[in-house]
Amino acid sequence: MAVEPTPIPAVVDSPAARRGPLAMEAIALCKDFRLGRGSVLSAVKDVSFNLYRSAVVALVGESGSGKSTVAKLLAGQERLTSGSIRLDGREVDVKGTRGFRRYKSEVQYVFQDPFSSLNPVHTVRYHLTRPVRLHQPHKSAHELDRELVRLIEQVRLTPAQQFLAKYPHELSGGQRQRVAVARALAAGPSVLLADEPVSMLDVSIRLELLNVLDTLRKDFRLALLYITHDIASARYFADEVLVMYAGHVVERGPAEDLTQSPAHPYTQLLVSSSPDPDDLGSMLRHGGKGSARQVGESPASVQGCRFHPRCPFAEERCRRESPPLLTLGPSRAAACWRLDVTAPAVVAQARGGGEGETTS
Amino acid sequence: MTATPGDEIGTGALTGEPVLEITNFSVVYRTAGGDVHAVDKVDLALHPGEVVGLAGESGSGKSTLAYGACRLLRPPALITGGSVVYRGRRLAGPVEILGRHPDELRELRWREIAIVFQSAMNALNPVLRVRDQLLDVVEAHLKLSKDEAAERIGSLLDLVSIPRARLKSYPHELSGGMRQRVMIAMALATDPEVVIMDEPTTALDVVVQRDILAEIVELKEQLGFAVLFITHDLSLLLELADRVAVMYAGRLVETGSSDEMHHDAAHPYTKGLLNSFPSLRGPRRDLAGIPGSPPDLRGLPPGCPFLTRCAYGTEACARVDMALVAVAGSPDPTHVTACPFVLPSTPIKVLSTVAPGAAPTPTPTAPAAPGGGA
Repeated sequence: MAVEPTPIPAVVDSPAARRGPLAMEAIALCKDFRLGRGSVLSAVKDVSFNLYRSAVVALVGESGSGKSTVAKLLAGQERLTSGSIRLDGREVDVKGTRGFRRYKSEVQYVFQDPFSSLNPVHTVRYHLTRPVRLHQPHKSAHELDRELVRLIEQVRLTPAQQFLAKYPHELSGGQRQRVAVARALAAGPSVLLADEPVSMLDVSIRLELLNVLDTLRKDFRLALLYITHDIASARYFADEVLVMYAGHVVERGPAEDLTQSPAHPYTQLLVSSSPDPDDLGSMLRHGGKGSARQVGESPASVQGCRFHPRCPFAEERCRRESPPLLTLGPSRAAACWRLDVTAPAVVAQARGGGEGETTS
Repeated sequence: MTATPGDEIGTGALTGEPVLEITNFSVVYRTAGGDVHAVDKVDLALHPGEVVGLAGESGSGKSTLAYGACRLLRPPALITGGSVVYRGRRLAGPVEILGRHPDELRELRWREIAIVFQSAMNALNPVLRVRDQLLDVVEAHLKLSKDEAAERIGSLLDLVSIPRARLKSYPHELSGGMRQRVMIAMALATDPEVVIMDEPTTALDVVVQRDILAEIVELKEQLGFAVLFITHDLSLLLELADRVAVMYAGRLVETGSSDEMHHDAAHPYTKGLLNSFPSLRGPRRDLAGIPGSPPDLRGLPPGCPFLTRCAYGTEACARVDMALVAVAGSPDPTHVTACPFVLPSTPIKVLSTVAPGAAPTPTPTAPAAPGGGA
């Protein structure tokens, strides 16, 4: 049947839902930044997804795509322009210091740069004591000490007492980032927002930190949002991947499906741009010169599909109308008018398998 | 073997004399707590038109090696031995960089050997327009008239695909990729024969990184310079470089052609690096990484510095002299390793078992239930 894939409600059946119960819902998040002289930058536009306990959702995109803004919205560090956030089924409305603190005990943030997120004049013990005191105020000195040891051992920094006494400059980048993770855990959160937690680290130690995060995810049933520009690590680490471009989610789906058969031209570009040691030279061979080149104007101000100036498949409609997310099977969706051309196999499969759903 | 774009030039040039030859080179940092042996007896050669990749973790000494070879280090860094010979086509004969008077180095630096620094944001002057920064280089190193200089900087921007209108821009008005391109244009301003690139794409995202790397390869083929490319990302080097050298704790532990290093890595550290990065295509492998952290470079015990993190370690490792020996049975005569015990064929072993990949068994590629009627 020659039907177009149908627009869907923004939340699809997430593969992350198989891991555990719903923890957090982001519903049609929008964030505009005023740039002065009346101009407005729409940094995040209609972004919706769910986080589930014990599951990892990855947000992938280039610098400026709005992925960090999404995390900051969820963390309560930026105010929503519109949309809503629900935590455990209840609308989040952070008001006042106390409300903010209560929210923070559930939702914690790990920053990208472990070199600037720790205070150089304080020891690891100080960094961990503060959140424990704040969020678990009734602990005795002895209990506090036991808690600190437990926290630091969770991120595999042993011997604990030795590490607690150290200053940030005495630690390697990977060790610092683990202290930052331990600090986030001190509040006993159910949701952890990790904003590029490994991109400042050496390749050889990234894996170790991701493994630490993964163990914590299992042990504490954490709902993890993993923000990265490295789609290969998302393949290994995440259950569901959302690809963002210029503030929009352009594609989402199970990590393995999405990376192996990307449907949106931007996801395809991301995949082909990643170094691939199993296919030497592929990175430089794929995609002719210019296909990937940034255009002069900010992509957020582009009319129609925001990717069309860089898209090899763009046609008239793409320049006029911005595509909504279109279903590609039960848990996949992509925002592109030309999916028939960009990903014929995925579309054919979606039609073959999903016909029953469209005829309701 | 899949060919990288620079293949013909790189391997063909290997027969000639290297344009930059570093031998037995050592650098220490004098600190109150003792000497830090940042670079220890390193040999490295760069041939004309070749891309050599230098890989290693932070603190492995790769940047110290490159800057030291250009005599760009300041105290407490101290070059304690070795030689660096530069053989440029434009020069009368080979030049020993370490023996030169600092004033004489001015003619070599930038004119012959240029560097693209890691952080374009910090390396560009934020209060000067791009034009003035480019002119500065051109006027300092080339004898050109005003008009010629203006034309030269215009054509430099053409070279890296930046519109000439951008000459008027300040660095903060450019995107990260554009800034890095300006850095590359600056390095190429004087048509150098050797370009040292210190993590030029680390701060950029993959799409821009791919663009810039493709551009470097293109420019290299067009202009014929040799590249020493420094990065911690071995996967990048396997794509880009003709030969790869891996550094650990201030020493070279393995060198060879990219292809050899990829498929038949011999040193346990290289094997570990290769098993550290997630691949995007092909089946999901179990990844191991390298547990532990690099050793303190003050008063390193004799023997192999990787021993504490190595799964193959034996008693003999504490006495090994870290000399690079040819890898047994390798078709590549330049493939050398500092580990005489482990062979390319030795299966990968990891010291501590870390949990492999996180996600559950990958969902089958056809998740849609066929013919499901509503």
